[in-house]
Amino acid sequence: MEFIIAILAGVLFATGVYNLLQKQLLRIAIGTGLISHAAHLFILTMGKLKRGQPPIIVDNITNYTDPLPHALILTSIVISFGVTSVVLVLAYRTINENKTDNMEQLRGNEYE
Amino acid sequence: MSNLAILPIVLPLLAGTIVAFTNKRVTFTRFLSKIFILIHLALTIWITYLVFTDGTIVLEAGSWVAPYGIIFVADYLSILLVLTTATLSTACIFIAPKLVSERKETFYFYTFTFMLISGVSGAFLTGDLFNLFVFFEVLLMASYGLIILGGSKEQLRESLKYVLINLFSSVVFVTTVAFLYAVVGTVNMAHIAERVHEVEQAGVLTTIGIVLFFVFATKAALFPLYYWMPKSYIVPNPVTSALFGALLTKVGIYSIIRIYTLIFIYESDTIRNFFIIIAGLSMIFGVIGALSTNDIKLIIAYNVIPSIGFVLLGLAIFNETGLSGSTYYLIHDMIIKTALFLLVGVITYIAGTSDLKKMGGLIHYYPRLGWIFFIATFVLAGIPPFSGFIGKILLLKGAFETDHVIIVIVGLLTSLLILYSVMKIFILGFWGEKKKNFQVKRTNGMLYPIVFLIILSIFMGIGAEFVYPHIETVGEYLLNPEAYINSVLKE
Repeated sequence: MEFIIAILAGVLFATGVYNLLQKQLLRIAIGTGLISHAAHLFILTMGKLKRGQPPIIVDNITNYTDPLPHALILTSIVISFGVTSVVLVLAYRTINENKTDNMEQLRGNEYE
Repeated sequence: MSNLAILPIVLPLLAGTIVAFTNKRVTFTRFLSKIFILIHLALTIWITYLVFTDGTIVLEAGSWVAPYGIIFVADYLSILLVLTTATLSTACIFIAPKLVSERKETFYFYTFTFMLISGVSGAFLTGDLFNLFVFFEVLLMASYGLIILGGSKEQLRESLKYVLINLFSSVVFVTTVAFLYAVVGTVNMAHIAERVHEVEQAGVLTTIGIVLFFVFATKAALFPLYYWMPKSYIVPNPVTSALFGALLTKVGIYSIIRIYTLIFIYESDTIRNFFIIIAGLSMIFGVIGALSTNDIKLIIAYNVIPSIGFVLLGLAIFNETGLSGSTYYLIHDMIIKTALFLLVGVITYIAGTSDLKKMGGLIHYYPRLGWIFFIATFVLAGIPPFSGFIGKILLLKGAFETDHVIIVIVGLLTSLLILYSVMKIFILGFWGEKKKNFQVKRTNGMLYPIVFLIILSIFMGIGAEFVYPHIETVGEYLLNPEAYINSVLKE
């Protein structure tokens, strides 16, 4: 199970980075979303995937699920949710103000 | 008593929330912000005093014992940096009504600034690697707000790059935390430091160490990851530039120091030599950038890079002199960078341009500003007896003690070039022909906060007898990670 999720996270990372390297702004925004999904899946996998075990240590239970990765993921998801919306709004405003969505044309050469 | 460790985070957060409600009444907001920042400063001075007399203050949130709960640790290094942050943000809040337009102030300038201070203090004080990530996000969110305040064309363009590069490095950071969690099974820094010695596969740890270095080097703008930094630091208003230049990159280098003195303590020469090379290249490329441009804001922004290089050098040589030098230089640089960014902001305001070719003869109208700037350049370049000199001599002495002669030469040469790059502003901007039809604008007490910062850094240089013993304590403390581990895990 961990094996499959790890590969999935890897694929998400690869596609995310591919999208980040594009010139079109919307693709870059999607790329950031994809790599943060990959990171979240990765944290989940790191805590070992088990089914049907309680997330707390009670007497007589030796096999339990680690609750910490879930707490970490929740925090991380909220943060990436906020950041993604900021990126989308920022990209929209940038496209409107600069009249282009191509990163090549957003270089800014006035100081060179 | 231990609750004190969280106050420098909570107080600015509260202040930011309160001033958000009064944003329409600018005069009142200014007044409130000044009161809050002064309370914050007084509080951090008190906590610093307590830490230096009674030792590290540890807060375990909800009384969950150390490796299980969330902890905040106010030790020598972090509380000194929190104090410096409070000091320079006081100057920034006091100068803001003069340098920031009223429209920007009503659009939550003070709220974002307080959130930034809160995030930075949190990143310094946290004792938990995952919370370090969270506080990085808090300060970055506030900085996203500050950098696009105004919403001009070039601001949007540069802030997009700034947001994307920081977002990417944050994702890499959280992935690395997951890696580390899988290997050692904890995110508490003291606990990690204890457990890394028990891990059998050292190879995995080296990989994690290098990826973490990549993350923090991106945030700290070290060579070769500094390309996003200079242009995005000059687009917002001068006060924001000052806060960014003084705080954001320093949080990155603080994290490198914390991680590499606590968790990844390598005896091997490879990683140390690698750090020395990175430090040297940061110095050289940063100063080349500063020399290459005629834009005064950009000159100061590029000067952030060599100073990060100097701090890394102290960590790389890893002896008591070097680490004391790093701490000293870090504090010196935070103060003087704020002063210089603000000075450049004032110069841009009165000259109406940031292009050196269009300036000249300012000293005829503003003699006081001119000479204050002159002293500031001397402090930055490390001319004795100012504070930059003490920091540099410690770093270079440390490098000599460990027989790294080439980096000493590079460091000295860089200092000279730094002096030239900022002196260029003085020579071309203040001396030279008077411009025709020059409209004299009044500075209206803009200079007082700057003079306050410069007097502080002069005191750090001339009063080195008084300051240095405390810094030496920090250097000693950083060499012994057991002290940190014991104060957190209480063994």
